[in-house]
Amino acid sequence: MSNLLLVTILLGFVSFGYVYGRKYALAAGKKGGDIHKLHSRPAYHGMLIALWCGLPTLLILFVWQLIEPSIITSMIISSLPDTFSSLTPGPRGLILNDIRNLAQGLHFGSTVDPELLHASDYYLQLQQTGKNIKSASVIVIGIAALLVGFRHFSPGLRARNHVERIVRYFLICCSLIAIFTTIGIILSVLFEAIRFFQKIPLSEFLFGLTWSPQTSIRADQVAASGEFGAIPVFAGTMLISAIAMAVATPIGLLSAIYLSEYASKRMRAVAKPLIEILAGVPTVVYGFFAALVVAPFIRDAGASIGLQVSSESALAAGLIMGIMIIPFIMSISDDVINAVPQSLRDGSYGLGATKSETVKNVIIPAALPGIVGGILLAVSRAIGETMIVVMAAGLSANLTANPLQAVTTVTVQIVTLLVGDQEFDSAKTLAAFALGLLLFIVTLILNILALYIVRTYREEYE
Amino acid sequence: MSTEKTMHIVQRGLGKRYRQEKIFKLMGLSAILFSLAFLVFLFSSIFLNGYKAFYQTAVSIDIFFDPAVLEVKDPASANYNGLIKESLRNAFPEVKKRKQKKNLYGLVSTSASFHLRDMVLADPGLVGQTKTIWLLADDDVDMLMKSYIDRDLPQADRRMNDLEISWVDKLIAEGRVTSRFNIGFFTNGDSREPESAGIMGAAMGSMYMLAITLALAFPIGIGAAIYLEEFAVKNRLTDIIEVNINNLAAVPSIVFGLLGLAVFLNFFELPRSAPLVGGLVLFLMTLPTIIITGRVALQSVPPSIREAALGIGASKMQAVFHHVLPLAMPGMLTGTIIGMARALGESAPLLMIGMVAFIVDIPTGITDPATALPVQIYLWADSPERAFVERTSAAIMVLLTFLILMNGTAVYLRSKFERRW
Repeated sequence: MSNLLLVTILLGFVSFGYVYGRKYALAAGKKGGDIHKLHSRPAYHGMLIALWCGLPTLLILFVWQLIEPSIITSMIISSLPDTFSSLTPGPRGLILNDIRNLAQGLHFGSTVDPELLHASDYYLQLQQTGKNIKSASVIVIGIAALLVGFRHFSPGLRARNHVERIVRYFLICCSLIAIFTTIGIILSVLFEAIRFFQKIPLSEFLFGLTWSPQTSIRADQVAASGEFGAIPVFAGTMLISAIAMAVATPIGLLSAIYLSEYASKRMRAVAKPLIEILAGVPTVVYGFFAALVVAPFIRDAGASIGLQVSSESALAAGLIMGIMIIPFIMSISDDVINAVPQSLRDGSYGLGATKSETVKNVIIPAALPGIVGGILLAVSRAIGETMIVVMAAGLSANLTANPLQAVTTVTVQIVTLLVGDQEFDSAKTLAAFALGLLLFIVTLILNILALYIVRTYREEYE
Repeated sequence: MSTEKTMHIVQRGLGKRYRQEKIFKLMGLSAILFSLAFLVFLFSSIFLNGYKAFYQTAVSIDIFFDPAVLEVKDPASANYNGLIKESLRNAFPEVKKRKQKKNLYGLVSTSASFHLRDMVLADPGLVGQTKTIWLLADDDVDMLMKSYIDRDLPQADRRMNDLEISWVDKLIAEGRVTSRFNIGFFTNGDSREPESAGIMGAAMGSMYMLAITLALAFPIGIGAAIYLEEFAVKNRLTDIIEVNINNLAAVPSIVFGLLGLAVFLNFFELPRSAPLVGGLVLFLMTLPTIIITGRVALQSVPPSIREAALGIGASKMQAVFHHVLPLAMPGMLTGTIIGMARALGESAPLLMIGMVAFIVDIPTGITDPATALPVQIYLWADSPERAFVERTSAAIMVLLTFLILMNGTAVYLRSKFERRW
């Protein structure tokens, strides 16, 4: 019985439980003469029975699905002759794969080891038995749970409280998922990064000046040992982010000032959403645009005044990234500037200041913590931005501050190291996780710092 | 100092101060105009690069459905390419040299033989007849017709030589070249040949992924928002959850890709390149956004609603689910749609979980290998053929259309159902 059919049957049970549980409660209430003798409304009785039936069976199904493969594998291994169980995990995995392929009828070869053939038959048999046990147990438990639910019913049953408690647990689980995500991120990145640092010392990674993550397949190859000094990669990230911020900060801030202090209501209503479109454009589009239009333009412009510009210059990627960030800075600054109370402006105008003097001397200082927080968040975005740099920045790690040269970034390196086939025991693959860990830590620090600045230095006007 | 003297000082500085005021205002205006100009430039450049991809060149060729070739045991595997080559040789009898012949065959797309096969399989009566059939032209011919190949360049610098161009000119003169709507772009999967590459596979992949993301993120996001906003008592745990959600919202998307790679692929051994894993990763990525917007929506429902419900005897849960949640729903939907739009445009985490593979088949389920629209754009942008530039821009237009539709719906929902209390 397929899982889909099984789930459908279960859903049938659940809806049966709800509909008839509700009817049952209603009938019981009417028979008792006074419907108010029921503790809860009939729908809650129905819901309780449905949950009674649905939760345990779905849980069993889910757990079964998770553990079935490993149980079958261990049973297969124990059924094989001793020569197999003494093998190392590598060859053993290959043999297991052979067995699975045989079981699926995928075999390309003339002779089959009779042992393997036997094992694959056993595998198929186990799978079938597993399926049968699963279907039978889920259906039997489902029916039993329904029966228990109906037997458990009494007019005084506190069905609503039970249902609400279950719902409450569900809501708590929902909000815990965010925590588990963070733990998952930290553990997965940290775990692989530690394996990386067992191969490459932390000090070399943090302070090394060369990044060339080539590891050889054979020991005697050229460039046999890769070099994993992250400084050039980080320098490249900083360079591109700095260019981006140099574009985005003044333009975003000035736009916010103009929109909140000078623009008419109509202009604001038109211009703000239009600029915010820029924030909704997928980064892959920016990357394409940077690589196709901006980078060649900068290269040609540079060539016409006699400058040697790389066609993957940091400038092109940084410029486009800056434009991507403009709406981000604009929105945050706009919110902060609007939060500055009107009385401050009025006071300044009353002293005879012009609008620009008011902005420069009153509004900006008052809004500064918020603006700085916004800029920090924007920096963390620029550092973590991937597609623009993957498409428009270079691959080779140059340690340079020249924006006309090609540099690489952390995110570019993560992508190039992990796209394609990976083997999870080479320093090359694990290096991506080490970079990911650093990226995570740096952005986390920036975010926390931003929140801290906003919270601590926010002026309260009341 | 007398008032008059003070006024004099003020007056003297006024000109300069007004000039500064003007300059400042101008700077603000030009900042806005810069962004708007870039927006126009970006969109028009993509449109100009891509609109021609919606049309495609076809050439008509007299094909003799040769019984000697087609009447074989399995008509599906007959040599249809040979039929096309034969017809091309007949159309240009003067071509004799081997290399030139090869160029000649290159005028028609390699996918044209599948078209012939489908025709014959659909109507076996064709065998033995000669028909004039419109076949898909090769991408080079297409580029020539769309004047992306410059005829004035020296022969060595362009993708088509003089002879090939003369053949095309002859076909044009005979009225055998036409430009027609490019249906294949919307119905085909990916292909190495630009002329038969389409976005259907990527679009389906994106759709499956978004379905999974939505199915998980909407209930769980709203559940978390309700718990944190309505039920959670202020304690250490809820504090941690709150800070955590705010931080997760700012974690770079590529880190979620690393999580997907390490947890879903390596630990749970889910299939690579599958929309299932992509959907899970995008779910974790959009969840914080949906929780945050959901909480804002719940906050905007005034407490009087809750108090009224509680006052007439509703339980806390009933007050929330029967009264507060329906009122907050439009705001939550808006947040969810915006989150989905972000998920649709996201590509970096998908690179990590193997959704960058070259996949021709259109996925039919959540565990089939697939790619997504933005990743398809990334893949095409990397291809050297000029025809792929055009297709990349066209795919971007399709993606942007979806995004604008989604965001437009969100804006509409907000303006229609937003209530000020």
